[in-house]
Amino acid sequence: MCAKPIKDDAKPKVGTTGHSWDGIEELNNPLPRWWLWTFYLCILFAIGYTIAYPAWPLIHGATPGVLGASTRADVEADIQHFDALNAPIKAKLVAADLTAIEGDDALKTYALAAGKSLFATNCAPCHGAGAAGVQGLGYPNLLDNDWLYGGAIDAIYTTITHGVRNTVDPDARNVGIYMPAWSDKASGPLADMATAKLSTDQIGQVVNYVLKLSGQTADEAKATAGAQIFTENCVACHGEDGKGNRDLGAPNLTDAIWLYGGDEATLTKTLNAGRGGVMPSWGYAAPGTTARLTEADIRAVAVYVHALGGGE
Amino acid sequence: MAFLDKHKIIEKNASILLVLSLLVVLIGGLVQIVPLFYLQNTIETVQGMRPYTPLELAGRNIYIREGCYVCHSQMIRPMRDEVERYGHYSLAAESMYDHPFQWGSKRTGPDLARVGGKYSNAWHVDHLSNPEAIVPESVMPKYAYLAATPLSPEYIGDVMATHRMVGVPYTDDEIANAKADFVTQDTPDADASGLLGRYGAKVTVADFDGKPGVSEMDALVAYLQMLGTLVDFSTFTPDASR
Repeated sequence: MCAKPIKDDAKPKVGTTGHSWDGIEELNNPLPRWWLWTFYLCILFAIGYTIAYPAWPLIHGATPGVLGASTRADVEADIQHFDALNAPIKAKLVAADLTAIEGDDALKTYALAAGKSLFATNCAPCHGAGAAGVQGLGYPNLLDNDWLYGGAIDAIYTTITHGVRNTVDPDARNVGIYMPAWSDKASGPLADMATAKLSTDQIGQVVNYVLKLSGQTADEAKATAGAQIFTENCVACHGEDGKGNRDLGAPNLTDAIWLYGGDEATLTKTLNAGRGGVMPSWGYAAPGTTARLTEADIRAVAVYVHALGGGE
Repeated sequence: MAFLDKHKIIEKNASILLVLSLLVVLIGGLVQIVPLFYLQNTIETVQGMRPYTPLELAGRNIYIREGCYVCHSQMIRPMRDEVERYGHYSLAAESMYDHPFQWGSKRTGPDLARVGGKYSNAWHVDHLSNPEAIVPESVMPKYAYLAATPLSPEYIGDVMATHRMVGVPYTDDEIANAKADFVTQDTPDADASGLLGRYGAKVTVADFDGKPGVSEMDALVAYLQMLGTLVDFSTFTPDASR
């Protein structure tokens, strides 16, 4: 059967291409009709496409296409469309008194929804998706009643707008105010701020006093010695009773809520090396830049954070 | 068909086939590539773009070495959801000093085109050291060793000279001061006027990892904190024809 020459096959005679390899000849069958027409249609489509859409490069630019398609114009129109839809409520949000927002159902519903998605994008990387912060690393929990700078809506609003200790915003909270590095072996800017250089023993005494302040087991003798050092150096920020000072972002040392940790090892580290968490500014536009969040966005996030549970 | 008969000459002569195939491919390539070099509107004019500082450039090399681009893009596409999440869509001009560009093609992690300034330096150090400690749902590997690996500025001038060969406009002054600028950007107490004079007042000078000496962590965080912050969008008007 294989030896049978193809040209003797029972198929219709369509001629050959004239190519012959060892007696095997190539039949010159026409292309399938459906394939050929698809091919021609593709060519027509390609020509039409280059006319309709930006395509051919010329001297000063590419042909714009008769449809005037532009991804940049499209996204601009898309954004403007939704901005226009939100404009009335955003204007109302910006105009409203911060404390009055939660009393207005329409504003509150919008602010909570917008604040939630803004929080997920911008705030969750530090404060966590559930806003519980990161225990031990200094990213504050926003769900509890313990606030470094105040949990009233306008305090939250100010913190979000300007951030904390960032180098960008001149109105940032606590610029130049840190927990100093108290160790006599410490160096650098944090050590420069310490009003005294404390030895390892002295730091151990202060740590024990802080342990006592917060109701944990402490070495009484050390704690008593530490109280003296505390009065001399720490009360300026943390207060005589150790309850902290919101104007300086100084944490309350008498409760069980800790930013970096309240155990002996962590307290020792904090006293030795100092602390100074930084939060970016979300509302400040440095020259030559634009603010990360708009006024309406910041207000929405402030309302959202205020409503999380710890708002005052 | 006389025309097809002539085509037989090409079919039967491999050398002519090769030469003519090359010609066809060249024409296709030239039509696509050449206009990008002469068309004024392929790279828009923006204010603020500058070559990377020596420390940022070193950080960028670490970014490439560690394969960050495999999971992170640096390309905000012109779509509403991306602009809402990441900021203004990326411009061609923002990659003008990238050799090679870091657009990436996959987002296992988020886009980084405008991550600069979004988080604190300490956050970047904490997060790079142990991403899961801060973002429990993260699948990013740990890069704690970057903070423990000192980085020498020995070759940074050569890196800059190489970038100059491919078109980055580093000046002789910038290359001559590369090592000093490299260290200065990581030293907040130092006199940074030379560095800021060469690269602009917006350059962030900070001890990025909070430890003495320049580590790979310092360089990488310096690079990340610069990303997307260079272009002055207050003076930028998009040209819709692009």
